[in-house]
This record gives sequence, C-alpha cells and structure tokens, in this order.
Amino acid sequence: MADLNKTLDLKRQAGFGTVAIICLIILYAPILVLMIFSFNSGSQITKFEGLGLSWYAAAFENQEFYSATKNTLIISFTATIFSTIAAVLAAIGTTRVKPWPGMSWAFMIINLPLMVPEIITAVATLSFFALIAGAFGLNFGIGNIIIAHTVFCIPFAYMPIKARLEDMDLTLENAAADLYASPWQAFKRITLPLLMPGIASGTALAFIVSFDDFTITQLVAGPGQTTLPLFIWNQIRRPMTPEINAISTILLMVSILFISVSFIISKSRKS
Amino acid sequence: MSNSKVAVDVRGASRVFKAPGQEPVAALDNVSVSIKENEFFTLLGPSGCGKTTLLRLIAGFDFPTDGQIMLYGEDIAVLPPYKRPVNTVFQSYALFPHMTVAQNIGFGLEMQGNPKLEIDARVAEMLKLVRMEPMKDRKTSQISGGQQQRVALARALAPKPKVLLLDEPLSALDYKLRKDMQIELKRLQTETGITFIFVTHDQEEALTMSDRIAVMSKGKILQVGSPHDIYDRPAVRFVADFIGETNFLSGAVKSSVKGTSKVKLDCGPEIAASADDGMKSSGKVTVVIRPEHSNLCAVKQGQMKGVLENAVYFGTDTHYHVKLDDGTHFMVRQQNEGGSGQNGFKVGAPVGISIDEGTARILRD
Amino acid sequence: MMDAPLSPAAQVAAENDMAVSRRSRFLTLPSLFIVFVFGVLPLVLICIYSFLKPYQNGGVVWQFSTDAYLNFLFQRDIFDDTLQFAPDFLIIYGRSIFYALFTTVVCLLLGFPTAYFMATRPPEQRNWWVLLITIPFWSNLLVRTVAIMFIIRDEGLINDLLIYFHIINKPIVMLYTDFAIILGLLYSFLPFMILPLYSSLEKMDFRLVEAGYDLYASRWQVLKRIIIPLAKPGIVAGSLLVFIPALGAYVPPLILGGGRHLMIGDLIAQQFGSGRNWPLGSAQALILMAAVLVALYFYSRNETGPVKHG
Repeated sequence: MADLNKTLDLKRQAGFGTVAIICLIILYAPILVLMIFSFNSGSQITKFEGLGLSWYAAAFENQEFYSATKNTLIISFTATIFSTIAAVLAAIGTTRVKPWPGMSWAFMIINLPLMVPEIITAVATLSFFALIAGAFGLNFGIGNIIIAHTVFCIPFAYMPIKARLEDMDLTLENAAADLYASPWQAFKRITLPLLMPGIASGTALAFIVSFDDFTITQLVAGPGQTTLPLFIWNQIRRPMTPEINAISTILLMVSILFISVSFIISKSRKS
Repeated sequence: MSNSKVAVDVRGASRVFKAPGQEPVAALDNVSVSIKENEFFTLLGPSGCGKTTLLRLIAGFDFPTDGQIMLYGEDIAVLPPYKRPVNTVFQSYALFPHMTVAQNIGFGLEMQGNPKLEIDARVAEMLKLVRMEPMKDRKTSQISGGQQQRVALARALAPKPKVLLLDEPLSALDYKLRKDMQIELKRLQTETGITFIFVTHDQEEALTMSDRIAVMSKGKILQVGSPHDIYDRPAVRFVADFIGETNFLSGAVKSSVKGTSKVKLDCGPEIAASADDGMKSSGKVTVVIRPEHSNLCAVKQGQMKGVLENAVYFGTDTHYHVKLDDGTHFMVRQQNEGGSGQNGFKVGAPVGISIDEGTARILRD
Repeated sequence: MMDAPLSPAAQVAAENDMAVSRRSRFLTLPSLFIVFVFGVLPLVLICIYSFLKPYQNGGVVWQFSTDAYLNFLFQRDIFDDTLQFAPDFLIIYGRSIFYALFTTVVCLLLGFPTAYFMATRPPEQRNWWVLLITIPFWSNLLVRTVAIMFIIRDEGLINDLLIYFHIINKPIVMLYTDFAIILGLLYSFLPFMILPLYSSLEKMDFRLVEAGYDLYASRWQVLKRIIIPLAKPGIVAGSLLVFIPALGAYVPPLILGGGRHLMIGDLIAQQFGSGRNWPLGSAQALILMAAVLVALYFYSRNETGPVKHG
C-alpha cells in the first residue's frame, strides 16, 4: 500500500528525501555534538565521562566570560536599536513615496553591506577608524564597534520591514484617511500596529547579526573590547576545556531563540 | 425627489494621467453630473470606463486635473480625504485586521474626536442596523465575507457622512449573498436617508437598486436617467448594447411626426420608431429593438421575415436567432409556454417577426 | 508620474500630496548617512590606500605608489631591484576560486534534492523544514566552525570512534587540510543554496509536472525538462549566494585551515595584521571586490532576462 502510494505520488523523485536527511545531518551533527559535550562532567572536550553542568558553572564564574558578555550585550543592544530605527524610517521613505530620482541609489547604498564581502567591510572600517583616530584624534572606544555593527545591521533590519510595508494593503491607509484620520493618526493607529511584526522580525535579525559577528569585530575591536565570539576565538587558541562547549552552546541557544521568534512572527502574519 | 437639493455636483471634471514619454491618458474626460440628496445614484460601466476614478475624486484619494467637485455648494477638490464628510465602502472592505468589529465601526467617530459614550452608543446603533451585535468583539478575520461587508457598511455609515461612496462592494460575494445584500443595501439607504453613490459594472445590480444611473464609457458619461429610462430609452448605441441585449437595425427616416418616425429598414419593411426631442428625424439612423419586445409568428403575419437559425432554451424563455433577408442577425426572446421549448418553430424554416407597438427606438448617434 | 496642466484648486491638492511624499523621502537620510559615512567612505578609503606606500608599523605613508598592485604579481629583487614574477598571491586567489566553485557545485548537488523534497512536503511540514534550514543560516558561524573542528581533530570524535572500533589504529589527519576547509565552506553555506532554491521550487506550479507525465515523460525526463528549467532562477541565485561569500570566506579557512591553506579572506586580514602592509591588503581587497562585482553583474543580467514563469 505504502509502495503504491509512493509510485503514485507524481511529485516524488527517488532518493531526494535521503539527500535532505543527509543535509540535516551535515548541518546539525556538529552543533548537537557540541551541545552534548557541554554537559560532559569530565575534562576532555570530546571524551564523554558523565553528565554534569560543571562547565556551565565554570563559565559563569569566569571573569573574562562575564566582561565579554557585558560588552556583547552593550554593543548588540545599542546597534540593534540604532539600526532598527534607521531601518524603519528608511523602509517608510522607500515604500510610502512616489518613486524619486535616486531612490534606486538609496536602495543600493542601504543594501551595500550585504553585497560587500565581510572581510572587506572589516578592513575598510578598520582603516577608516585608524584614519580618523590619527587625523582627528577621535576614538570612540567601544563606539567604533557599535557604529560598524549598526552599518552592517541596517540592511538586515530593513528587509523584513520593507517587505511588510509592501505587503500591506494601501487601501487600509486610504480607509483610515476616509474615516477622518490625519496622516499622523493613520500612521500611528493603522500603519505602525500592522508593521509591528515586521519591526519585531527586523529587530531580531539585527540583534543576531550583531550578537554573532566575529569578522568585523575582530578587526575593529581594540584591547579590552572582547565580545563573546572574540572570547571563543581566544579560547580555542589555548588548551581547550569543555567550558568552551558550554559557552558555545549558550551562544547557539541565543541565536536559535531569536531566529525562531523572528521566524514565527513572520509566518504568523498570514493567519 | 426632483425638488431635493443637489448633494454632489461634479463640474467639468477631468483626470489626466501622464507618464513621462507617453501620451497623456484621460481616465476622466470633462465629466459633469449632479447627484441629488437622498438619492441612490449608480455609476455603471465596464472596467476602465472612469467610474472608480470619479469615485476616488469625490472621496479625495485623487484630485481632478481640471474641473470642480462641489459638495453642497462647496468645492472640495482641494480637501484631503480626512477633511471630507464623505465615507467609502471599499471593494476589498479594507477592514482593519488588528481591530475588532466594534473598534472598526467606532474608528471614524473616534478620529472625529467624539466623546467615548457617544461613540459606544452610535456603535451599538450601527451594529443593530447591520444585524451584527453578536459579532461585535470578533476580529475581522474571524467573520465571513458577507459579515465583513456589513461591518464595512456600518463603519462607513457610523460617522453619518453626507454622502456614502460604494466601490463595487458586492463583487466579492457569491451570487446568492449578492442578491441578499442588494436588498439590504436598498433598505439601509432608505432607513438612513443618506445619499449613496454606487459604482458597479453589473447592469442587473444597477437596474435593481438605483434611483438613477449614469452609464460611463471611456472617461465620459453617456447617459443619466432612471433604470427605466436607461433600459427602455437608451440614447446611444453603447448604452443600448451594454445594458441588456439588443437588436440594432439600420434604416432611413421616411417621415417624422411628433417624436415618431417612419423608418424604412435596410432589411425591407417600414416600421414606426420613437425618438426623443433633438434626435435625428431624417437620413440614415439606427433603430434598436429589445429581443423581448419581438415575437415569432407565421411568415405572413410578420413585419420582418427571415430564417430561424438556432433556438437556445433558457428555462423560462427561449432565444431564437433569426437571419433576416438582408443577412442581418436578429434575436427574439419569447417566454416558454410549457410543453416543447420550441413553441412550434422549426430550425431552418422561414419565420416572421412581429414587433410590439411603440417599442422600437431611434438612437441619437 | 507627472500630470497635465491642473486646475488651480487641484494644483494645491497635488502640491500638498507631493510635499508629503517629498518629506517622506528624508526618512531615508539616517540610514543613508550611517551607511554612506561608515560603509561607503571606508571603501573609498581603501581604494586610496591601495595607491599609497605602507608604513612599517601598519597604516600608510601618503605617497603615491602602484607597488601594491605590482606586488600582487611580482616581487622586487632585493639585490638588483628588478621585478620578478611571484605567483604566491595568484595561487591563493586561484585556490580560493577553486574552493568556492567546488563548494558551490557540491552545495547544488546536495541542495537541489533537499529543496525539492521540502517543496513537495505538505504545507505545515514545509514550515518546519524551512525553520530547520534557517537556524544554521543565522547561527553563529564561528561556533559552528569550531564544532566542526572538534569533530575532525586528530583526537576528535570521528578519529576516536574509528580507533575505538579498531577500524584504524592511527588517527586520520583531517584538520588543517583542503578537505577541512571545503567541508567548512560547505557546512557554512549550504543553507544559502537550499533557501533560494526552495523559494523558487515552492512557487512552482506542480500541475506542470502532471502535464509532463501526461505527455509520456519519465520521472527523470520531467526533472530534466520541466522542473530544473523552471527552477533556474533559484539555481542561479543560490549558486551566487554560495559562491560570493565562499570566495571571500574568512572564518572557515582561519579555523580549519590553520594558516597553512590560506584563502583570500585570510590573506587580506594578514596584510592588515602581522603583514603590516595596508596598501597591499587594500589592493587585494579591491581585486576580490572586482571578482564579486563580476559575479553580481552576471546575476543581475540573468535576473532581468526573459526567464519568467507562473
């Protein structure tokens, strides 16, 4: 019976399901191994000796981990707020207007960080901050990283917000105007509430991108500006303990949480 | 009704769109029309005829490139939509998805800055009017299409607009529901006494509901009149053709007395046809005869003669396609009398056609 | 859209309308300012740097020079000051292109069946699949690459297991090899292939497949003659989304190549780090950028092409 169903399912192509499972294994096996070994009570990073949370405890007592977490959160929150605000404004300015000359250029500039390989952005930003530090004696400290992250996060926040605005039925705004709402009232009462899922999704993406960034941060960060990814990078160049598994697992869980939230929000708009 | 005030007066309104490097397109071409207070006025025409453009001009979503839009004597062409005392029922309803039924209905009143108590009272009144009280706390996505339609109506009526604009509001409903809503709309209009301007491409809808109809084509209004006028006395070929089914016969006027002319048709016979004042009373003309105003009969008794080519059975009546002697096609619609649908006429046989007295009309063009 | 001569009243309305629209444009200014000053100007800056001389402790000396570009292909002989062809950098670029192409092909071979399989699931299952592929897409690349490193190390999971079951008695060296880098690239960029492929396959009208079978095509013929041609926009998009970041990849070769098998990304970073030759690094970055622009050009040409369906 099952076999008959398979032959009769015209969409089916033999072996494709197997390849799909292989892809999942490739993508998830390393992550799962990492997570499982973070609960290892022994001191070997890949020899399982027993279940325990000792390495999580060790991580939470680690002063460097603490300061890296603090730096990461300061940078990610600030960059996320700045980039989301800028992205919301830009999304309105590129969708709720008559097409204006230069709009395609504006669009290209906003999306530039997506097209340039990250390593180029990293060295260019490094050069730029070095120049203004040398020429004007300006050094924003951790602000340098925040600025670099904001630039990089803008297109990630911009895309879902713009998509949401474009999907939105313009007659809803017309209807509000028809019902005596001034443009500002219509924006506040209709456009903004309907835009919230897009903004939430954009915020989540901007946060992950900043939270996880390694390449740009590594080149731009000065001494004492260690973020969590940089902390991990420093750890793997030393003799490793399962503590790094625990910290990596925490980082992955944060990413997964934000991705899932963003994903669920963007899917729920259809219902 | 003829004595009542003019609610909306459109004076020489045009809307020309011009894309760079392209010829300008007139969506609306020098249109003038007066819509009276308390009237159910319908703009009827095929898609692209300019009826929705005219509605948008009155609502304020678009502005005329020429002419004026007067509302009770005041030119509103410059006012943004939120400053015009007119409300719209949108084709897609455009209900706010993040609000409940009651919040949707109260939105306009709230924006006008009415006190909360007044809003609540008016919302309750509207819910009752459209029979949606049990649904008031539902989200708009949780109600059916017909119910959404009622909410859209209630929302637009709640602020007591001077004019209600309806942009093909029934087109998304299925046939049965549409029929019910036609009656419902007419009831609401009578109960509220608000001027309705209704846009549709459905001639049947227009004929059943309207006090007056304006037939539009290519950005112009071709004829304004009561459903009777429009159907029985079409002024131009487009109106006659667009509304109902019609036979067009060409001929030449022989003599003309007091609105009735003798016309010698190209297919042979001479018939009497009525014409309005100012219409052609000599030379080549087009005569229209509705299929239901003609009957098949024996060849000898007929005013016109031809060969029965085809008979199509429609249940209540049958359509007979006759080829006249000069080759013109003519359609006769006759009620079925029970028994065989053919009423005794055989395909391929010669037949006569008689025309009801006073029903043939001469067109203006 | 501009309009024909307006009535005076309508002109006022139209101008108000335009004014609102014009005011809204300025909302793009914050983003444009931030990205222009801190994104575009730095790129302009490295263009300038690439024509300057390096300062010995990093940074530049403001003196015009084309050495950075010459050094890309040649080395100045210390004794007689002649230029000698030195293909070291060229080899790294060639290797990067090869790695990127190879990764793209493998991603396509694995990604297409996966995306097709996803697109033919019932709708509610599809969302779960998309989420499963999206999670690695956004997850921390560094951590994921480190996870690979743990598995393929000499004393990593794979070698431990193989030794435990006596299949081998000496660990197989996998880390810091070409294999490791390509595995890292594949693992990093596989979701970049699957997601665009999926979105083009998901939109496909499967009645066309039925029509194909109706016209006597076999499963393989339907795949080759109907499904793959219709998925072409997704195949092109996915291939570029893998190729471009793989070409400029930094993290996978850094961690899995161990500095022995450099790719362009590490090479550039090295010039700004231990190499202390910023102009050379800038020139190398610009040459990479040029390669990316060529790829993007082909992409945009393909996208505006006549390939359109349902």
